Amino acid sequence: MSIFEYNGSALIAMVGKNCFAIASDRRLGVQLQTIATDFQRIYKIHDKVFLGLSGLGTDAQTLYQRLVFRHKLYQLREERDMKPETFASLVSALLYEKRFGPYFCQPVIAGLGDEDKPFICTMDSIGAKELAKDFVVAGTASESLYGACEAMFKPDMEPEELFEIVSQALLSSVDRDCLSGWGGHVYVVTPTEVRERILKGRMD
Amino acid sequence: MECVFGLVGNGFAIVVADTSAVHSILVHKSNEDKIMVLDSHKLIAASGEPGDRVHFTEYIQKNVALYQFRNGIPLTTAAAANFTRGELATALRKNPYSVNILMAGYDKEIGPSLYYIDYIATLHKVDKGAFGYGSYFSLSMMDRHFHSGMSLEEAIDLVDKCIIEIRSRLVVAPPNFVIKIVDKDGAREYAWRESIKDASVVSA
Repeated sequence: MSIFEYNGSALIAMVGKNCFAIASDRRLGVQLQTIATDFQRIYKIHDKVFLGLSGLGTDAQTLYQRLVFRHKLYQLREERDMKPETFASLVSALLYEKRFGPYFCQPVIAGLGDEDKPFICTMDSIGAKELAKDFVVAGTASESLYGACEAMFKPDMEPEELFEIVSQALLSSVDRDCLSGWGGHVYVVTPTEVRERILKGRMD
Repeated sequence: MECVFGLVGNGFAIVVADTSAVHSILVHKSNEDKIMVLDSHKLIAASGEPGDRVHFTEYIQKNVALYQFRNGIPLTTAAAANFTRGELATALRKNPYSVNILMAGYDKEIGPSLYYIDYIATLHKVDKGAFGYGSYFSLSMMDRHFHSGMSLEEAIDLVDKCIIEIRSRLVVAPPNFVIKIVDKDGAREYAWRESIKDASVVSA
């Protein structure tokens, strides 16, 4: 089994009208065994930048700690928060530093940039950025997620509709993947508020 | 195969470990204590490579004591768990420790807590956790009978159910187990569950 499939994960980020949604599954497993059903994969870097980390759990935790450290230093020096584009470049650089001994993670970054324009991107485990205008996916269920998102996505969705679409895409994809699932965790972020919701799907 | 499991009850946390020291087909001893008392209110139940297990847990114990000497206050369970994860993560790509850990602790404001730390430094706070082949049986028993806020009698009853299950269903089931508890009165040994007593040394 691949090292990326050791813990199991599923992540989506999708762009709406002046908002974005980022969602993950909640399973933490060790190959075939489920250890926990409340594992957190999405982290808030600051009010307008969210980071999702799929792949190996230990590397996701280590990478998150390093990124929070770098962001806090940035905040101290620049006296402001990082823009999502800048944060994505930081993640990419940190990952490429370990080019010949990489972190086994695939990050998904979502944020509101200048003038609250939604920004999403994903990258592979060595930092190759993939910017998208509509949606990005990562994790063991990524192939199903691509299909579901492509079918359900519409441009310029309002936050409520975006939440529905992201939830349906996530749940239907993780139901076809034995390594991810056990519910969902969805954040819908607009310039004024962040709504966090837990989904209950097939608990298997 | 080593069996370690634990759960959180009402104002206490319990960890149970088998007590066999095994080398290939030979059982060196059946009263090896694999649950170390980290400090007054923390327990660390470890399973894995015997040399690594003893060396790593002693290293953590001494560093936790050093923090208390230097700073005058003890570490919280969460802090000790994060420190342990950090040490495992740093060693992971250099000189990895093959030790799985369940850390149980009691903090005055927070109450009891249990942390699952596997050998590749994946950290997660759990209500019930287990390692080894025994986990297939003990986790399932706990999934069926566990509820949050169990009393001590109920928890010990569940522990005994798990031990019975392991003894009857695991092909190379360890004969003896040690149960340790941590609550507001501290970390201490609760009981042994022995089905084979080591023969006492015959005097000349």
